Order: sequence, then C-alpha cells, then structure tokens
Amino acid sequence: MTINTLAKGGWHRDQMACFRKMEKVIVAMQDPDMGMKMRNQRLLITVIPHAMTGRDVINWLMQKYNMCEEEALHLGGMLVRYGYIYPLKEPRSLVLRADESPYRFQTPYFWTSTRWPATELDYAIYLAKKNIRKQGELMEYEKERYSVLHKRINHTWDFVVMQAREQLRASKQRRKADRIVLECQEQAYWLINRPPVSLTLSTFRIYFIAHFVCVCVCVCTFCLCLQIEFCRRALGRNRVKSSICLEGFVKYSEQYLSHDPIMQGCLPSNPWISDDTAHWTMNTEVVPIPSRLRVERWSFSFMELLNDAMGRREFMTYLEKEFSAENLCFWQACEDIRHGENSRIVEKVEEVYKNFLAPGAARWVNIDSKTMDKTLKGIQHPHRFVMDDAQMHIYFLMKKDSFPRYLKSDLYKNMLAKAIVPQEVKKSVFPFMRRQRHSSPSPAQAVAQASEEEGRA
Amino acid sequence: MCKHYLYSILCISTSLCFKPFRCRSLPAQRKYMRSPPIPEMATQEVQLSETLAHLKTESDTLKGKLEEERAKLHDVELHQVAEKVEGLGQFVMKTRRTLKGHGNKVLCMDWCKDKRRIVSSSQDGKVIVWDAFTTNKEHAVTMPCTWVMACAYAPSGCAVACGGLDNKCSVYPLSLDKNENLAAKKKSVAMHTNYLSACSFTNSDMQVRLSRMGEDTCSSFVTALHHFFDLTELFKVFRHVLHDFMSLQGCDKKANVWDMRSGQCIQSFETHESDINSVRYYPSGDAFASGSDDATCRLYDLRADREVAIYSKESIIFGVSSVDFSLSGRLLFGGYNDYTINVWDVLKGTRVSILFGHENRVSTLRVSPDGTAFCTGSWDHTLRTWA
Repeated sequence: MTINTLAKGGWHRDQMACFRKMEKVIVAMQDPDMGMKMRNQRLLITVIPHAMTGRDVINWLMQKYNMCEEEALHLGGMLVRYGYIYPLKEPRSLVLRADESPYRFQTPYFWTSTRWPATELDYAIYLAKKNIRKQGELMEYEKERYSVLHKRINHTWDFVVMQAREQLRASKQRRKADRIVLECQEQAYWLINRPPVSLTLSTFRIYFIAHFVCVCVCVCTFCLCLQIEFCRRALGRNRVKSSICLEGFVKYSEQYLSHDPIMQGCLPSNPWISDDTAHWTMNTEVVPIPSRLRVERWSFSFMELLNDAMGRREFMTYLEKEFSAENLCFWQACEDIRHGENSRIVEKVEEVYKNFLAPGAARWVNIDSKTMDKTLKGIQHPHRFVMDDAQMHIYFLMKKDSFPRYLKSDLYKNMLAKAIVPQEVKKSVFPFMRRQRHSSPSPAQAVAQASEEEGRA
Repeated sequence: MCKHYLYSILCISTSLCFKPFRCRSLPAQRKYMRSPPIPEMATQEVQLSETLAHLKTESDTLKGKLEEERAKLHDVELHQVAEKVEGLGQFVMKTRRTLKGHGNKVLCMDWCKDKRRIVSSSQDGKVIVWDAFTTNKEHAVTMPCTWVMACAYAPSGCAVACGGLDNKCSVYPLSLDKNENLAAKKKSVAMHTNYLSACSFTNSDMQVRLSRMGEDTCSSFVTALHHFFDLTELFKVFRHVLHDFMSLQGCDKKANVWDMRSGQCIQSFETHESDINSVRYYPSGDAFASGSDDATCRLYDLRADREVAIYSKESIIFGVSSVDFSLSGRLLFGGYNDYTINVWDVLKGTRVSILFGHENRVSTLRVSPDGTAFCTGSWDHTLRTWA
C-alpha cells in the first residue's frame, strides 16, 4: 500500500510514472507507420475522421506487446478509465468493448497529467456552457453540482458566465466536425475527472508536506554524514562473485522444486484445489509417520532440521544415544531467552547458567574459553542477546559434527525408509459433487484444551 | 535543493519576529520578508550551505567508488546462468476461495502457521480472523480507529497483532468464547508519535516487530536513522544463524538491510526509479525482492551486494504493491495496482502468467506457510486464495 507524499509541483509521484507510461502507449498507437489504422465516424450527415473500433485497439495491443486477448482487454480498459481513449457511443460507460464500438484518442490538452488537478472554476465554466447551450441538458448529478458550485464560488460567478459565453462564441466559429470533436473531448475529460459516482481512480493520499519540509533541512547534514560513513564501511565489505551467488539460486530452486506445491503439486492433492485436507493431516507438526518429502528436507540444511518439531525430536533422540544431548537443550534454552518475555529473561539466564555453564553443572556444554569468559561476564548484566556467542558456538559444533553423522546414521535411514509417499488423488471427476469442507480446530482451541488438561492433572 | 529549504525555514523564523499582517498577495509578502537582511543569519546560511555542498560531493564520490567495487565481481547475468534450467510449462492458477465480509478496502493480511487460517485488516476498522479453507469468519475485532494498516498472526495461532492510525500496536488473544469481548483482553504497545505501518511477530508470541510511518525508527530494537522518509512495510525476518537481519524499504527509493541486534544499516540498494512498496526475502535468505511504483520488481543478492534481476514488461504500467516468493523461490508473485497479479520466473526473468479477478488494486499478497496457495487482499473489499 502506498502512502504518497506530495512531490514537487503537487503531482502524486506514483501517478505521474503511470501516466507517462500510458502516454507512451498512446503515442505508439498514433504512430503514422506502425500505429493503428483510423476509421471515420458517421454522425447523421457529418463525417468525423480519427475514430477507431474497440476491436482495432485490442488487436493492435495484442500484436504490439505480444499478449493474450484478456490482457489486451485489461490494458485497453485502463487506457479508457484514465481518459486517454474515450468512447463515442456511450460516453458515460468507460469500458473498452471488443467489438465495433467507436473510440477516439483524447487530445493531450485534456490528458490527466497535463491538467491535474481539475479545478472547480474550470468545472463551473463547463457546466455553465452546457447550461447556456441548451437549457435542461444537464444531468441530475450535474445540476446538483452546479448549484453547489454556484453557492461556493458565488463571488466569481460573473467571471464564470462571461467565460462560458466567450467560449461558446468562439466555438461557433469552428467547423461543425471540429466543434463536435472538441465537445466530445471536453465531455470525456469531465466524465473522468468529475465522475457521476465517485469512482476511486486516485490513490489514497496522506499529505505530509509540513513534515517533508521541516524534517528535510535539519536532517540533511546529519543524513549526509551517515551516508558517507555507510559508504566507507561498505567499501571494505567482502563481496562474492556473481556467478557463485547466482548458481546458488539455481541449486536452491532445483533442490526445493519437488517441495513446492505450486510448481509441482503436492500429494495426495492440493487441499485448496481438491477440498481434501489429507495433505495437511499428513503433515501436522507431530505425526506417527512423517512423509518422505519431509524427512528428505531435513537433510537439506541444519536449519531445516531444527525448524521442524519432529526433526528436532529425532535429532534429540540421536544425540542422547551419543551422549551429547545437552548441546541441543542448551541451544533451545538460548532460543527461548532470545524470543521470550522481557520479564523472565533474568530468571531464564540464571537457569541456563545453573544447568549448562556453571562449573560442575549437570549438563555442562563444551564452549571454548574465550567465549565462556565473554558469556560469564555478560551474565552479570543479563539481556536478550547475552547468550548469542555461546549459542552460535554450539550451533556450529552441532552443524559440523553431529548433524552429518546423524544423516548417515541408521536412525535417520530407517526414518527415511519408513516414511510414506502418499498416493496422488485426482480431483473428483463429477463437477457437481463438491466435497464437504470440514473445519479444523483452531490452534487457540488446542492450547486452551491443553491447559485445561494440565489444570486437571 | 537544500539551500532552498534552508532559506524557507529561515524565512518562517524571521516572520515570527515581525508584527502579524494579512497577506493580500504573495509577491508583496516576500518582498517584506526579504528586507532588512540580518547580517548574522546571512553568514550562517552561507557557511551551512558550503558545508552541505562539501558533504554532498564527498558522498557522491564515495557512492561512485562503491558502484565500481560492486561491478568488479559481476561476471555473469542471472538469465545466462539460468539458460540450462528447464523452462516452465503452462501455468494454471485460479481463485479457489473468495473471502467476503470486509466493508472497505483490505489493507493487510497474514497467514497462521496452521496453513489455512488468515487474519486480515481493513479500512473499516475491522480485523477478521478467517478459516480461509471453509471461508468461515472465526473472530472479528473492531478497532477504535479506521485504517488498520498492519496485522499479523502470532506463531502459536493464539493471538493477532494489529495497528494503524491509532498510533499503537494492539495484541488480541483469540478467545473461543463467542460471547467474550476480545477487545477487553487486548494488550497495547504505545507508539507515541506516528501511526503504525507494519507489524509482525518474531519467532514467538512475545515479541512484535513494529514499524512507524514517517520516522526512521522501527521496532523496539532497532533505531535506524538512515531513512528519514516513510517506511511503509516491514516483513519477515530471516534468521541468519543467530543474527536477525531485516530489510526495509522506504519512499526514498532505497532498500536497506539492517542488523536487528546492533541497529546498523548493513547494506543499501538504490536502483528503483520510484517508491518501493514491498520487500520480501528469498527463501534461502541470500537475496530479497522488492516491488515498486515504477512497475518493476527487482532481485537483490546480499552476498554479491548488487541488483541481479529486473522483472518488468513494457505493457505493465502500474506499480507493484506487494511481492512474495513461492516456497522454492522459483516463482515471484506480484500484486499490482492495475488489479492484476503477475507471476514471474525468478531465474529466467520472464513472466509466466497474469491472473485476473480482483476489481480494484491488490494491496497485499502472501504465500501460505507450506506454499500450497497464496492469498491476496484488495481494495475491492475481498480476499482471494489462489492455487
């Protein structure tokens, strides 16, 4: 969601970029060689050139941008909504029809980007002209707005009426065809900028002009200093060659391809497509037998194993066999400190020290002396990140030593062999038979039940 | 540019010393303000502008050097590396669920870890928790303010956090008693100065990361003074071993990466031509994608420290409001302001598909935690799940 500040000149930044791009498309459409072929519009006896059909527009867009019809219809529709092309038959219906309905290009004078914002005075003059030209020609909503404007800018009403009369007089001197075209263009412009029902074309804006000006100056020097410092630091950074990084993306995508349901589907079926929640039931946090893909994923990286509750449990079982389970326990306790409540940090750090770090502790973890000293010092003034260095040390220890051995162990291999590969279930052949969509217990409910049971026990 | 603003600030301050007068026409007022000039202020102004100019040149030279350094290690383009990768076939994705119930523009949404529930917030001040699979509404909270711009689901699934123009973030525990007033149990984190533009939970229910609009500060840990324009979105933190990094984008076209522990800005990227509306990390955490008002999405690699891909098409004119990756990172979904969703092949840089359905701009887009679907929220008051 964009919340825009007013840029210089009062234009809304994101709007201007879009207008420029739409104008590029329009200019390309009007190109004498590669642009659209124009037809004539017949209005009783008058023939007005420079018209085109909706079908022409769509075909041209499809050909130029190599897109399908739906997309061309969508893009053309946008051009109509923003007033760059206007319909001749039903001016109030700002839709692009893919048939013989005639359209015309709006003159650049009336482009939204050139004449933003549409002022009240201009609108008043337009309505006055319409009123003078033929009494009762104003629509209901236009009549209302006319009277509102009449009250609001009463002091300049003479000017409005005088301008309207002048403009009408000038237009009488034009050729009929030109006059009709100009009237259409003006009408189209006002239909976009003062629509009957307020269609939101514009983005949501909050104006922070004062904020923009005042903050800018004071922070300018400060900001530049920061910027310079940042550049200096960045120049000393170690960078990796592009080829290595990009290969990394290719490898990652390949590795996870079969795990990506949108790319390769999932077994037995994607619940959103088949209305069958079997896939989720088979992959809940704790299941008796996990799926094969899940167990395979544990071997991708140490983080994947630790992120999966079942994986962590399996790893813990393995470590217990190896008599190094305290490492994982320590790591979990540190995680708890990092992400837990502020109020309990001190007590948790105490616990961790007592259980894992104190000399002679029951589950002493093997950390190098330097890190141990640093951590012990830090414990004097406990804070959220005080265990970080020690935790990192143990993490790398497990990753380099225990994790590879776990992957080669029988425990893991058996898990992999036991793991199920669900059968694919195709979507039901009968289109009218819709599966019952069952609701599932809310996670909040599960927690509430658990605490109830605890209370009872 | 700086001189001009400096001058205008000085003008405002000097006018306070004079008698207030009725402004009839602008030129006269300006003339009045300009005379008599105050000598001390004049020299101060000159000194300040000289320092500024000097700093600006130094900053520009350093930036140029940085670009040179970055370019040295750039030996291949992403699409070249991706040539050997198989192309993607026909892509069929449809709206599978439409969630109707909001009375106004949907501004934000988040998935629950159970892969089927979502929380969404909208301009009518309502925050609704849905079971997107059955399309039932499970909880609804009315916020005291309208424009609830940010909402997030707690990792445990037992609470939601939301906030907006009320300048604070409120955390509501999700009660199952239908009669209980959820609002009665909420906890608030006050923000003081400005409204909340984004929030998310860290790995537990206890911490919430917040970002304020109009200020450079973000969350309770990081004070990032580098952005002094709007920070419009904050997104998931990737845990790189033990340090939490976080990427923010702002309306000064920069995307910055911050270390949450030290509060330092580690990397900065400025290649977009317009405001950035959304950033999202690549699943491996080595890169991130950004979506901007200039109608492009770009991929930035953190190790190579540069932009590595641009996802754009001449026929795509409207800006991107939000982006997200599929589970494997092969696809990038972008929600656009022209009501469509474009699906990009991240490696090859081509557009795979365009999805229609929404009737107004897409404001938020998130892929579900297990990657089976993604959900979009839009200004047409609805949310859609696509698979």
